[in-house]
Amino acid sequence: MANAPILEMREITKRFPGVLALSDVSMTVTRGEIHAICGENGAGKSTLMKVLSGVYPYGTYEGEIIFEGDEVRFSNTKQSENAGIAIIHQELALIPELSITENLFLGNEPGRFGVIDWDYAQSRAAELLDLVGLKEDPDTQIKTLGVGKQQLIEIAKALHKDVKLLILDEPTAALNESESQHLLDLIAGFKKSGMTSIMISHKLNEIEQIADSITIIRDGRTVETLNVATDGVNEDRIIRGMVGRSLENRFPDRTPRIGEKFFEVRDWTVQHPLDPDRLVCKNENFFVRRGEVVGFAGLMGAGRTELAMSVFGRSYGTYLGGTIHKDGREIKVANVHDAISNGIGYVSEDRKVLGLNLLDSIKRATVSAGLGKISSGGVVDALQEYAVAEDYRKRLRIKANSVEDGVGKLSGGNQQKVVLAKWMFTDPDVLILDEPTRGIDVGAKYEIYTIINELAAQGKGVVLISSELPELLGMSDRIYTIFEGQITNVLSAEEANPESLMVSMTSTRKTGPAA
Amino acid sequence: MSKFTEGVRTLTGGRGISQYSMIIALVVIIVLFDIITGGLTLDPTNVINMVQQYSYILILAIGMVMLIIAGHIDLSVGSVAAFVGIVVAQSMAVWHFPPALAMLLGLVTGALVGAWQGFWVAFVRVPAFIVTLAGMLIFRGLNQVIGSSTAVPTPDSYNWIGNGFLPDFGPDFGYSNPTLILGLIVLVALIWSEIRGRRKRIRMHAGVAPMWVTVVKIVILGGVTVFATYLFSTGRVGTSFPVVGIIAGVLILIYTFVTSNTVFGRHIYALGGNSSAAVLSGVKSRRVNFLLMVNMSVLAAVAGMVFIGNAQASGPFDGTNWELDAIAAVFVGGAAIFGGIGTVPGSIIGAFVMAFLSNGLSLMGIDSSWVSVIRGLVLVAAVAFDVYNKTQGRPSFIGFLFKGSGRKKPTTTEEAIEAQPQGIDKPLGDKVDERLPLS
Ligand SMILES: Nc1ncnc2c1ncn2[C@@H]1O[C@H](COP(=O)(O)OP(=O)(O)OP(=O)(O)O)[C@@H](O)[C@H]1O
Ligand SMILES: [Mg+2]
Repeated sequence: MANAPILEMREITKRFPGVLALSDVSMTVTRGEIHAICGENGAGKSTLMKVLSGVYPYGTYEGEIIFEGDEVRFSNTKQSENAGIAIIHQELALIPELSITENLFLGNEPGRFGVIDWDYAQSRAAELLDLVGLKEDPDTQIKTLGVGKQQLIEIAKALHKDVKLLILDEPTAALNESESQHLLDLIAGFKKSGMTSIMISHKLNEIEQIADSITIIRDGRTVETLNVATDGVNEDRIIRGMVGRSLENRFPDRTPRIGEKFFEVRDWTVQHPLDPDRLVCKNENFFVRRGEVVGFAGLMGAGRTELAMSVFGRSYGTYLGGTIHKDGREIKVANVHDAISNGIGYVSEDRKVLGLNLLDSIKRATVSAGLGKISSGGVVDALQEYAVAEDYRKRLRIKANSVEDGVGKLSGGNQQKVVLAKWMFTDPDVLILDEPTRGIDVGAKYEIYTIINELAAQGKGVVLISSELPELLGMSDRIYTIFEGQITNVLSAEEANPESLMVSMTSTRKTGPAA
Repeated sequence: MSKFTEGVRTLTGGRGISQYSMIIALVVIIVLFDIITGGLTLDPTNVINMVQQYSYILILAIGMVMLIIAGHIDLSVGSVAAFVGIVVAQSMAVWHFPPALAMLLGLVTGALVGAWQGFWVAFVRVPAFIVTLAGMLIFRGLNQVIGSSTAVPTPDSYNWIGNGFLPDFGPDFGYSNPTLILGLIVLVALIWSEIRGRRKRIRMHAGVAPMWVTVVKIVILGGVTVFATYLFSTGRVGTSFPVVGIIAGVLILIYTFVTSNTVFGRHIYALGGNSSAAVLSGVKSRRVNFLLMVNMSVLAAVAGMVFIGNAQASGPFDGTNWELDAIAAVFVGGAAIFGGIGTVPGSIIGAFVMAFLSNGLSLMGIDSSWVSVIRGLVLVAAVAFDVYNKTQGRPSFIGFLFKGSGRKKPTTTEEAIEAQPQGIDKPLGDKVDERLPLS
């Protein structure tokens, strides 16, 4: 079984201005295996894969890459694709307005003399979709699909070429459990047919389940490579490698001190933004108590984000009816500005599109939702701005040289921390967190949980929307379940378990409106 | 990265090297033309003329860069300026308005025009390109309707704002006293703000640039101020610093401050950088867009009023192609077509580049048709150079000048990376915007 390595990366060093992202990283990938890369946010995982796939061309890094026995020097991604290396980046790169087929062949259009052979494209598209087990009409527009399906399309797109090595950078970060499982099965299937894969993930249970070997990177250096079969690898073992110590608990301890009900949404009804016949919320009711962490469970597309965004200053859909009450009084929340001044904050699930202006520096991004707090007479106080940003950078351990660095350059996890900082700075009474730990490493997750608990301990209400049931179960005092836009049930921490949640997440409301 | 490059970065305001390279390009252009024209370019009379003749580009570039940062554009500025010009001229000629009242009327007219266009852009969400394309036709037409397609002269008492100078006083040293005083004030303000900025950064414990950077900056900017003071104070007898120069200068200062130090300024950048994220951070996009459109038309009104003062009449073809001058200045000055990037000072430098280019070429006796061709080529070249450098990761202009003196290409990814995520991530931001209701 001692297969020759398909890939060897030797002493790769990659510098960005002021940042040593990779320092002498070496890695060997055996042919036909599934090789996982683990490490904290900003450890350099994505950078390593970008070096491999030619995103950072030869000459901008040091070290050598041996692929299939020969040294390769890619100067762009096209060359690495032609060599049989396909990469699926951490951020989805499909064009929402185009159809599946158009996206699949974007940049690789079949045909001659610039005329696209649509017949061939159609049939090939059907084949590719079949390969990834997706039953969708190839003419469907991408924007109508959920993230899970989009991820599969990314893979289908990669498979169009003859792929020997498939690189997946956090492919399941945005997927729920069943979607993730489907994707993992798919990769396992590819392995049977002889393909080699490299997978980056912060979901360690998945890695444990599927990887043959694991390379762990910390601060731009290789820590170790584990062989799953022989080294007795489990999640704790991986974490120890990643953070250099073991983590006792996945969730910080907390004694909930829950006060009175202070935030309540009543009879909330919202129309779909494009389709006036469709209601995304219909007479929904929920409330939050002081010091309480309230979970929202639901499948992808169940309408949790839509509900949250519409409550947050009617940022989604068309408001039809319903009231919001805080501290016993009805409050008027007609736009985001009202929401913020009434002490409501919303951390979006999609940091790149809805959460951040990627042109901002960390400093500017951190204060961007709370400018009123550091300005007088409309003039921003630069000293305070800096102090605030610096404070959050330290508290949330955002990995960057200084707060003047652009957020566009940060690793995904660190961008997420900036978004959190931005909303924490507005000092909300009710903070809605939509998938706050997506793409975040175990250590940082723990920190975010700690922050959530601190907020609750200060008597604030936290609404936690998450697709990871363990997270919901570990953090929440009460969990609402949503199915097809309706709140179907509410379970206390004691009643809730994966089974009971799953039942309510997949069936329509049985009882009256949940209270 | 070395201390030196860090220093250079701070010199350029930390926004990459591009603005710095624009300044160098400007200096090169000025010196080059001065040599070719045998000193005509930097002759005091010419410089004073230029200020009076081209100040409209400066004034328009201010409003234009703000719109472009926010992701809009205004094609109607020339027509609006002409429309306001004729209203002001008529009000004085027909209704015998005193100049001050006429100017007030001009500003109000500008604001109303802006409110009209702003309504469509901000509330109905018609793209600014379309609204102002229509505005270009509408207000050009209205100018000609009101003025019956003829020129309407303006009184001397009014023309002062366009062709007047700071009044002279005090003993005669052979220099214009008010200009000397103005120069001194600017010099002191400059040194003071530089030192204050430095102190501030030290107090923030932020990366403080080495002392030599501050000194170099003061020496360069101070030198320019002294030289300009000298130029303006040694013009023909009876001339000094032009009034329009003061107007433009004050506007530049105010708007530089507004865009970089105020909440409103932040909102402009936020909307242009990612409008969905901005709206979800509480930016009232409708309000900001509306105000930006109003602001642009008011500035166009100012430009139009200054222009008729200098021309001593309002005519049917005033302001033709001004939008192009202003837009060109903004892009030469480093703004990005997809929004979110740009600065007022950068655009002012861009405006100077375009003005000195036109002026120098016409001083050389080159036919105006060719001047137009050359200006067009320079615009494309300047922006292409910027874009190319950002994508290739080479240091722009300055690196080009010092090419061969050390750095090899792979080490210079700074700008590449700085430019990278911007273009790529932007389009999505706009897509999602459709899902968000107006706010
Ligand atoms: N274009 C860039 N310019 C400057 N620094 C960068 C750039 N890209 C990445 N970095 C830095 O390099 C380091 C490694 O980033 P990378 O994206 O590889 O992390 P990662 O391990 O993939 O993290 P995550 O789990 O958060 O995705 C980080 O400190 C990041 O800030
Ligand atoms: Mg990454």
